[in-house]
Formats: sequence, C-alpha cells, structure tokens
Amino acid sequence: MRKFSLLDHNSVPKHEIIQENEVKSLLDKYQIEKGQLPKIKQSDPVIKELGASVGDIAKITRNSQTAGESLYYRLVIDD
Amino acid sequence: MAISEATIESMIKDLPLPKNILDTLRKDTFGVGVSKKEMEEIILRVVESYEYACVEPCEAVGVVSAQSIGEPGTQMTMRTFHYAGVAEINVTLGLPRLIEIVDARKSPSTPMMTVALDEGYSTDRDKARAVAWEIEATHIEHLADVTTDLANMQLIIDLNGKILTQRNMHIDDIAEKLRDELKVNITSPDAVENQLIITPDEPSYRLLLQLAKNIHTITLKGIEGIARVVIRKDGDEYTLFTEGSALKDVLYIEGVDATRTHTNNIVETYDVFGIEAARNSIIKEAIDTLNEQGLSVDIRHIMLVSDIMTCDGAVKQIGRHGISGEKASVFARAAFEVTVNHLLDAGMRGDVDNLNGVTENIIVGQPIKLGTGDVHLVAKRPVIE
Repeated sequence: MRKFSLLDHNSVPKHEIIQENEVKSLLDKYQIEKGQLPKIKQSDPVIKELGASVGDIAKITRNSQTAGESLYYRLVIDD
Repeated sequence: MAISEATIESMIKDLPLPKNILDTLRKDTFGVGVSKKEMEEIILRVVESYEYACVEPCEAVGVVSAQSIGEPGTQMTMRTFHYAGVAEINVTLGLPRLIEIVDARKSPSTPMMTVALDEGYSTDRDKARAVAWEIEATHIEHLADVTTDLANMQLIIDLNGKILTQRNMHIDDIAEKLRDELKVNITSPDAVENQLIITPDEPSYRLLLQLAKNIHTITLKGIEGIARVVIRKDGDEYTLFTEGSALKDVLYIEGVDATRTHTNNIVETYDVFGIEAARNSIIKEAIDTLNEQGLSVDIRHIMLVSDIMTCDGAVKQIGRHGISGEKASVFARAAFEVTVNHLLDAGMRGDVDNLNGVTENIIVGQPIKLGTGDVHLVAKRPVIE
C-alpha cells in the first residue's frame, strides 16, 4: 500500500492547527465567538491526518485566484 | 533619490493588501528607481483604489451572485451531451451540469477522472498503457468468446491469447477469479489452447443460462465502474482520462501520481480529500462549465456559492435540502418552496420569527436590513448643564 500526504495534493490547501494565543487574537480581531466560524468535521480526511481534536481551529492558507493567497479559519466539530 | 529594494519591502510588507497586489507592487517598483516620496504616493494610491474596489459593508453580495450566475444561465444550452476537450469521453455540460454541481449530487451523470502519472510512467507510452489496463475494468467479453453448449451442459470460453498478453493477464488467474466469484467447476482442456470449460454444479438449463448471464458481470481485472480509459498526450506527458470514477482505488495503483489526480465528482472529492478540496472542485467545475459555454462569470460569485456550500464542514446543496431549507426564518423558507407546509409546521411548533433577514422583512412590509437599511444613526444628546 502506498502512502502520501493529503496536504501534498494540488487541490488541498495548507491546513494547520493554531495555538491558543493565536485563537484569541483571531476572535478579538473579528469580535466573534468560536462557534461563529465556518466548520470542518473531525472526520475530514485532512483533519484526521493532522490529528486535531474537537474545538481546535484550523488555519487554512488558500491559493486564491483573486487575492493570490487568502486565510480562512474553520472550527473542528464533532460529526 | 532612489531608495533600495529593502526599504521598499519594509514600506509595503505590512500593508493591508492581498498577496498578488503586493507582488505586482514589488515587481513594478523594484529596480525602477523610485524615491521615498514617490513610493509613499504610490502606496497611498494603491491602497485607495484597493479600498474603493472592496465590497461595501451591508452590500447584498448573495443577491448579486445569484443574478450574475442566473442571467448567463438563461443563455446556456438546455440539454447538451457531447464530447468536450477529452477525446471520446462523454461528459454532461451546460445547464444540466451546472444544476448537478449546485445540487451537490452524490454521483454526477457522467463521472470522470483525470489521472496524472508518476515520473517514469508519464513519458513512456507503453508504461502509461499498462497503468491504463490496471484501471480499466476488464470483463470476459473483452477477452473471449463465450459459447453456451446446451448438448453437454457447459459454457465454453475461448480466450484470445493476443489480448491476454497485451493486457498482461494469464489464463490461470482468470480461471481462479471465475472460480472464486461463481463458485463453479472450471476445467481447462489440454487439447485446445486458451480454453476454459465451465460446468454448473448440477445439470439444469436454468443454472446454465444464469451462469452465462452472470459471467459477464465479473470484473476480471481493473477497477469496477471504470468503463473506459483514454490516454492523451498533454505537452510531453501522458495523462489518463477515465469514464467512471473511483478515486480511492485509483490512488493505490502503482504509477499514478496521487497528488495530481482529480475527479469531477464533488462528493467523492470531499470523501477522499476533504472539505477544502471539495470547495476547490466546486469552483473549478462550475467555472469550467460556464466558460465552456462561452460565458464569463466573475469567479468571486462562484467562490461565494462554494463557500456557502461548504461552510459547515459537509457539502450542502443549494435548495430545499440545503441552504434554503436551513434558513432560520419561517417566512424565508415558506417563500422558497412548499409554503403551506412550512407555515403549518411552524404554527404547530410555535416557532418565532425574529425578522432579521431580507425575505421576511419584505413579506411583512418593513425596510430590509441591507445597505443603508442596516445602519442605525445614534446621536449623543449634548449634556445641558
């Protein structure tokens, strides 16, 4: 069986789990609660690979056709 | 006096601008010899035009997107079914395909994969062909003539030796596979080369005829559901295009470059690569469908649609069972489809509508919370002493 990282696939953008202090500054910046962020399931293949737990926030660096690069945040939820 | 690249870099690196504007800024100012004063002026104007181009708060972006996709949609071909781009592979296009995308169908009507090959395989036609045989589902009719011999109550399979070598298969493997799947007695006569004889467990016409039918459904080699594989040369690299989609199985095949292999099935992309890849897939499929019809829709509208479709972690359709059906407001749902049911259910449950959205405020005749309607003027009363 061959193995490869999903993050290497050319249509999967970079996902990373952000630290507690970064979470705080993110929520302060947009003045929102965690629950108001877009979601990503814990069973999502990429989240499984990263091994994140429910309540973590994934920072996604998308390749955007309009902005070059754009940041997106998703809250890991139970499914 | 001209300033150095490092100074320019430090001036622009913290600007609230997207990456590609910064890149253009760097490209255009480096090495031209701008002075500090000129650079400040440039930055001022760039930031100003960027802010001017940004969408304003309280702008109804959803409605603009709906109109911008809907209007070109009226000019699309109602029913197209033809061979686009890829040789001989049939793909649904036009309006039916666009509907399929926004409906987030479990399986599209014409699933298709683009399989990239690893280094070493991608430039060698024979190796590419070999990978293609590994993927394409091979059935008995591709390899042999099957004759039903009613006199002796048996099926005679005459395999074509040339095709067997071409597809790198062996008669024993086929016999083994058939024995496993059909659970019958298979013999290979010594007198005739490449022949298999299948006899049912008991001599009955019904069993024999059923066997003759069932034998065609067995996948002897390759991946079930992949009807055909076409090899095409893109630049100096061979790429495979498949009719039918089985992404997970294909990724395990030796020689396939898993990092550049795609399917046009959005739900399958979601299952294998996750939500972000599904979002990219929605954008790509939708924009390709529109462009193929000669319609140019700004990609931002498509991006908004795909963001909404993927915002809660799973691919949701636009429509009754997805976005529109999940709206919080009773009035908004009732205005969309099956009005009476929604009102009745809401009445029975005693639902409350807070009148926050657009639709419900129009229904009750209030100003909508959009644009200037969403801004409240708060005046501070002067303190009188």
